[in-house]
Amino acid sequence: MASKAYLTAGAATADWRDFLALTKPRVMTLVVFTGLCGLLAAPQSIHPVLGFTAVLCIALGAGAAGALNQWYEADIDAVMRRTAGRPLPAGRMDRQSALHFGVGLGAFSVILLGLAVNILSAAILAVSILFYVLVYTVWLKRRTPQNIVIGGAAGAFPPLIGWAAATGRIETLPVLLFALVFLWTPPHFWSLSLFVRSDYVAAGVPMMSVVAGPRTTRLQVFLYTLPMVAVALAPWALGLAGALYGVASLVLNAIFLVLAVRVMLSRETDPAKMKAEKRMFAYSVLYLFALFGMLVADRMVA
Amino acid sequence: MTGDEEIRRRQRARATVMALVLGALVVLFFAISIVKMS
Repeated sequence: MASKAYLTAGAATADWRDFLALTKPRVMTLVVFTGLCGLLAAPQSIHPVLGFTAVLCIALGAGAAGALNQWYEADIDAVMRRTAGRPLPAGRMDRQSALHFGVGLGAFSVILLGLAVNILSAAILAVSILFYVLVYTVWLKRRTPQNIVIGGAAGAFPPLIGWAAATGRIETLPVLLFALVFLWTPPHFWSLSLFVRSDYVAAGVPMMSVVAGPRTTRLQVFLYTLPMVAVALAPWALGLAGALYGVASLVLNAIFLVLAVRVMLSRETDPAKMKAEKRMFAYSVLYLFALFGMLVADRMVA
Repeated sequence: MTGDEEIRRRQRARATVMALVLGALVVLFFAISIVKMS
């Protein structure tokens, strides 16, 4: 039976692509990009080899966290359409291989970052991996609809790590970038949770859309957008970024706000017809890429 | 292709990827060492 196959399948059957899939490559692209932007936006330059190593370690650390997340969540992944094809629920890999891979990759990324770059960035990387695995995956995800609010901090660490790798310090701008990703996570994930709600119901995950209902979730998407917009504009308002970032931020946040209002006002119940929610989810990814990209462009121009 | 052949094929592919990864790490560690010494 496919849903129980992850308990019995042999490691020898796992393909190298299955190990790659365990690292959640699509999530990793956003993590790597924000980490790279944190590194490039820093006022001090870093040797390209060490910069590459820092970004590689951020990617490996994120991959380790993704692997450990899939190791722990194989049972609920098996009952969700979106995740049933992952290596563990699909029975292409045994759980122990996933655990060893995740722990090994995580330890390697932290040690390499500590030895090659600096201890501060390695310490933040270690905290981010442990936060994602222990606080989000093990503790919060199955217990509270606030799971992704607090768990969102795990995905917010990369720009802080990138900045710390380049400078060896933590300053106001990377903390704002951390806060931006932290506040961006609820509107991003709750938009998704609205149109894959049946998956979360089947898996028994207490997402906001399951526990409080779509109407409250839509309102929360809008409410979290307000402080996110404020934080996104703060670097410009505080003089930490220039006009290029300021103008781009105004435009990107105005669009985000309009889409959040549309989600809030939507009363659609059929997931297939939830255009506003799907548009919000897709745009939120583009928004983060564009905003971080503009910050780097702004700092390079200045 | 039989089950055994398929498993062997996957093991070979995993070994090849592992060799490439280790080779890349050798190059990376060498480069880091040079940068740190300079």
